Amino acid sequence: MNLLRRNDLIMLAFGIVVFAVLQGLMEEGIIGSFWKLNLMLIGINIIMSVSLNLINGYTGQFSLGHAGFMAVGAYVGVVLTTNFHVPFLGALLAGGAAAGFLGFLIGLPTLRLRGDYLAIATLGLGEIIRIVIMNIEYVGGAAGFRNIPHYTNFAWVFFIMLFTLFFIKNFVNSSHGRACIAIRENEIAAEAMGVNTTKYKIMAFTIGAAFAGIAGGLFAHNYYIISPASFTFMQSFIFLIMVVLGGLGSITGGIAGAFFVTFISAALANWPEYRMIIFALLLILLMFYRPQGLFGYVEITNMGIFRKILKRGGTA
Amino acid sequence: MELSQQLLQQLINGISLGSIYALIALGYTMIYGIIKLINFAHGDIYMVGAYVGFFAITQAQVSILPALLISMVVTGLLGMLVEKLAYKPLRHAPRISILITAIGVSFFLEYASMYFVSPTPRTFPEVIDNVAFHVGDLVINGQQLLILGITVVLMAILTYIVQKTKLGKAMRAASFDTETAQLMGVNADQVISFTFVIGSSLAAVAGVLVGVYYNSIDPLMGIMPGLKAFVAAVLGGIGILPGAVVGGLVLGVIEALVSGFISSTFRDAAAFAILILVLLFKPSGLFGKNTNEKV
Repeated sequence: MNLLRRNDLIMLAFGIVVFAVLQGLMEEGIIGSFWKLNLMLIGINIIMSVSLNLINGYTGQFSLGHAGFMAVGAYVGVVLTTNFHVPFLGALLAGGAAAGFLGFLIGLPTLRLRGDYLAIATLGLGEIIRIVIMNIEYVGGAAGFRNIPHYTNFAWVFFIMLFTLFFIKNFVNSSHGRACIAIRENEIAAEAMGVNTTKYKIMAFTIGAAFAGIAGGLFAHNYYIISPASFTFMQSFIFLIMVVLGGLGSITGGIAGAFFVTFISAALANWPEYRMIIFALLLILLMFYRPQGLFGYVEITNMGIFRKILKRGGTA
Repeated sequence: MELSQQLLQQLINGISLGSIYALIALGYTMIYGIIKLINFAHGDIYMVGAYVGFFAITQAQVSILPALLISMVVTGLLGMLVEKLAYKPLRHAPRISILITAIGVSFFLEYASMYFVSPTPRTFPEVIDNVAFHVGDLVINGQQLLILGITVVLMAILTYIVQKTKLGKAMRAASFDTETAQLMGVNADQVISFTFVIGSSLAAVAGVLVGVYYNSIDPLMGIMPGLKAFVAAVLGGIGILPGAVVGGLVLGVIEALVSGFISSTFRDAAAFAILILVLLFKPSGLFGKNTNEKV
């Protein structure tokens, strides 16, 4: 077994231990219902931020419409479970597929745009998705969709999150992922080296959108009602803050960003103005002093301490 | 009302709304022209302008014209301050970093004002007599005339500044090629500051006029008009001043038509749909020229 596979197994085992500990603490009631809800939100936000990081961080395509894809996954999911009694996993996957397909359709024309134009175009498309949902009577319009079965629990969130992390990590380390990173570094040079830039940009966008859709399904089945107001572009900005704070181009960074932002939001739930002022100042200061984000392009598995631990484990 | 008359009425509403977009879009386009930054915070500068005007009218008891002037000066200085503190240190950073900073500034302005003036919407006082002129079956009210009049005057002043003064010449030179302009003795920092002052004071006027027109202001009022003004700037060709005005007017009219004939919920969607169509089919905008990217 090569080193990479062994690292994967260690991370998986570590993930399961973390899950067991958290689940145990919840059953014992040490983690109350407020923090339990926030732990689930952290899990969902990790899926969102890591999938957005694939588009923004690894491929370098500045997308601001992630909440729109989340909305598509959420609405497709709840319609399937509530009105057609499809099993939860099937509904989640269908939501992800729908969001991914939409991401593909949207990506095809818009990914020709660059930088700030792409940012505004995706922001606009995210808003269009939301406005269209708001005008569909079948899913409750602006009032929202009611009577959603409560399927999401911590185990679902945690294991889907784990799957997302492994999927994105392996994608980034594959030849496709390398092509995406080449596009981020220099699109023209990548094209000159024979990378089919359009194909890989759309691939990253589609995968990112699909995972956002799955996260949307998890999010929706955690509440009894969802409304288009949960998926505004402000929400997309929040996901962007997670990615930028953690590090554009680092899965560890995506996790840390999601954790930090959700945690601060929960802790300052009663003072929403402070929360946003803090995020805004953090964003500005970060761009001054550390524009690559807290983790930059580094993963925790590549850091010195972790390597040392692994090496010791290997020789023992 | 007949269809043609309804159409004309929506045209009038659209032009007054479009003038406001045009005023904001001018700031966007000037700033983009010089430092190639989509100033996400521009919509929030407009919001601050509306609040300054509101407090000038309610607290200092001044009438509309002095209120406009006070708001222009205060907001212009704020725009300059934002540029000096947030954008200037990043002048040579990657464009995405500056864009993210602009998003941060935008959030900061929104939520800091929420903290200071409370999130509840304020009712803008009635500053001019609510007169309505009837032309046949069409109605034009006093606010719409005020908006149109002030917009036209400001456009004239702006055209004079940009075309006839030395600073205007420097602005045009810096926007064409900043480095060469600097070599020719243009003080780029000064020109950029001046651009932010002008852009922000135009946005302030738009803010006060919106307060007069819709009677209600709140700390998040700048987000949507800000984005739409950007759409207007892109529609007209970003960096081109007459383009921003035409783009704003066209966008205002389209929006009025969509809310009058289809449904007002699709208003915002229409603006973004225009943006995407323009970016796909004529990314340089109505008045722009195509340029190729060089390696």
